[in-house]
Amino acid sequence: MEIVRAFDAIWAARWPILDGIANTLLISGLSILFGTALGVGVGLLLSYGGRIVRFFVRVYSDFLRGTPVFVLILACFYILSVIGLQLTAFQAGIFALMLFCSSHVGEIVRGALQAIPPGQTEAAKSIGLTFRTTFFSVLLPQALRQILPTWVNTATEIVKASTLLSIIGVVELLLSVQQVISRTYLSLELYFFAGFVFFLINFVIEKAGRIVERKIAIPT
Amino acid sequence: MSSPVLEIVDLHKRFGALEVLKGINLTMHQGDVVSLIGSSGSGKTTLLRCVNLLEEYEDGVVAVAGEQIGYTKKNGKRVRLSEREIARQRAMTGMAFQHFNLFPHMTAMHNVMLGLIKTRRMKKDEAHSVAEKWLERVGMLARRDHYPGQLSGGQQQRVAIARAIAMNPQLMLFDEVTSALDPELVNEVLSVVRDLAKDGMTMLLVTHEMQFAHDVSSKVIFMDDGRIGEEGPPDQLFRQPKSERLAAFLKSSKFS
Amino acid sequence: MDYNFNFAAVWRDFDLLMSGLGLGLILAVISIAIGCFIGLLAAFGMLSKNRAIRWVSAGYVSAIRNTPILVLILFTFFALPQLGIRFGKIESFIVTLSVYSGAYLTEVFRAGLIALPTGLREAGLSIGLTEFGTKLNLIIPVMFRNVLPSLSNNFISLFKDTSLAAAIAVPELTFYARKINVETFRVIETWMIASLMYVLACYVIAAVLRQVETRLAIPR
Repeated sequence: MEIVRAFDAIWAARWPILDGIANTLLISGLSILFGTALGVGVGLLLSYGGRIVRFFVRVYSDFLRGTPVFVLILACFYILSVIGLQLTAFQAGIFALMLFCSSHVGEIVRGALQAIPPGQTEAAKSIGLTFRTTFFSVLLPQALRQILPTWVNTATEIVKASTLLSIIGVVELLLSVQQVISRTYLSLELYFFAGFVFFLINFVIEKAGRIVERKIAIPT
Repeated sequence: MSSPVLEIVDLHKRFGALEVLKGINLTMHQGDVVSLIGSSGSGKTTLLRCVNLLEEYEDGVVAVAGEQIGYTKKNGKRVRLSEREIARQRAMTGMAFQHFNLFPHMTAMHNVMLGLIKTRRMKKDEAHSVAEKWLERVGMLARRDHYPGQLSGGQQQRVAIARAIAMNPQLMLFDEVTSALDPELVNEVLSVVRDLAKDGMTMLLVTHEMQFAHDVSSKVIFMDDGRIGEEGPPDQLFRQPKSERLAAFLKSSKFS
Repeated sequence: MDYNFNFAAVWRDFDLLMSGLGLGLILAVISIAIGCFIGLLAAFGMLSKNRAIRWVSAGYVSAIRNTPILVLILFTFFALPQLGIRFGKIESFIVTLSVYSGAYLTEVFRAGLIALPTGLREAGLSIGLTEFGTKLNLIIPVMFRNVLPSLSNNFISLFKDTSLAAAIAVPELTFYARKINVETFRVIETWMIASLMYVLACYVIAAVLRQVETRLAIPR
């Protein structure tokens, strides 16, 4: 039975595969963390920056969003080493995913801030709030609720994109499974297994996002 | 004598546990104009929509030109007709909707032509000339190449009426055709309907325009809680309401 | 950093890169066309009265959307032959990308269908069209025009995803960029040019699609 053989193979390689899963989670987590921090900056600059700043940030964001993630990863991997930054494939990959994440989060933040009706800022001004208070007490709480669903979506995109690091030799989940495939030739069962684990990870992220969304929803 | 244009016998309709039509009987002959009035929720729109099976009905018979709409008896059991049969039956009647429901991606002309080509199997040229004739009748020929989004509500409704009537239906159904319109646009639509009545079109209307119902109808039906509360010639119904309910309704709708 | 730029070395192979870009575009066009068909079926499936059909459609969308596209690409190319389903590289990639885009387009179409006023269908029925005729003449054309902007976005991200065809050696832009990178060692130039080509292509595609959108928009 092929299925039984596949289970045996997975069980035999359980530790490398678990390492792979841990790597996938670590890569995704770090990229999302750094990318979100950078992306919030991008979004704020796009919303409130001066004209020149806005222009450059726009070029940054458009360039990153126009380039396929895969090309971004390859570019970071190869270019960073020739300009003298001695990064491992793991680090270069996270760097690329972080850039990718930041451009997307930047657009999400900009969009959410823009979607708040101008009447909100006007109302805040009219009761004498400063820009700081207006931003933190009025705009941000409203924007965050709008950001959450798309941000969760971006997070799942990053998890999926992390598989691309397998191509530059980072042993994340996909590559750890491929290593089992190269020994056993059970490609059907094992690719299916890899896909299923990714499905589970993303499914959990989505469900968690949905729960938080419901918790913080403004009652209507 | 030929069969009546519309014959409704003991019609029952429910939405879940709620019975909205509790045994309606109505017969209409060629050239009759019947108005359904009554407060919202009284079942008048549902009754109208049962006639072309936009609403299914559970019990009773709705027949247009002697043909039962939507259902047939097979071995004593009530079975729904085939999709194709129902489509054919729906084309025997024409309907104008409260919100016009024009096809937004087609010009006025193509709105009218679509049914002629797809349902009546007309050649394009023929459909075009029929559509032209009816757009002319409703005063919309000049706007035939406009899209619905480029027309006022009143204009859209006139095109929608032309779309329905061009199919040469045996019976026209009007579902509150003026209630989504700005007041100044109501008359252009009502005068189109009036003209059709004058031409002898058989029509069943749901309306809130009491004066109009009075002027145009051969018979008015007051719907009350899923039943026919009162019916009769317009003068009798509006001038000498027999029931308290109708009197109160007329008072609230400010019929003068 | 002591890096001597030499764009000429990469420039020699520019027509290779261009042919790769062209192939990417073709792959994206074919895949979105097939994907539209799949998406339409699955969208109607998700709104079906039949529970089994709803379940299958939703399962398809959820499974594909939560699985990394790289896993899908490798699965189709390396694993399906195990079941006797064998494609060439390009066909295999088109199959994957079509099924992949179909899942995303299902969501787009489903939202478009839900947003249509119920009166559209009723008006179609009232002039004697069948349910199928109503869908064909009214529901689908109107919905399609309404979702054109999302369709454009989907096409652009699909075009970027064609970069992953390089993973199974389909000779598109990223494939040639890697080849030139290895052959010339002009690392920075290669990846700058490749990503610029993607970015510019995305800009041009977006501009063209915006024209198409205005041309096809329902006049109002």
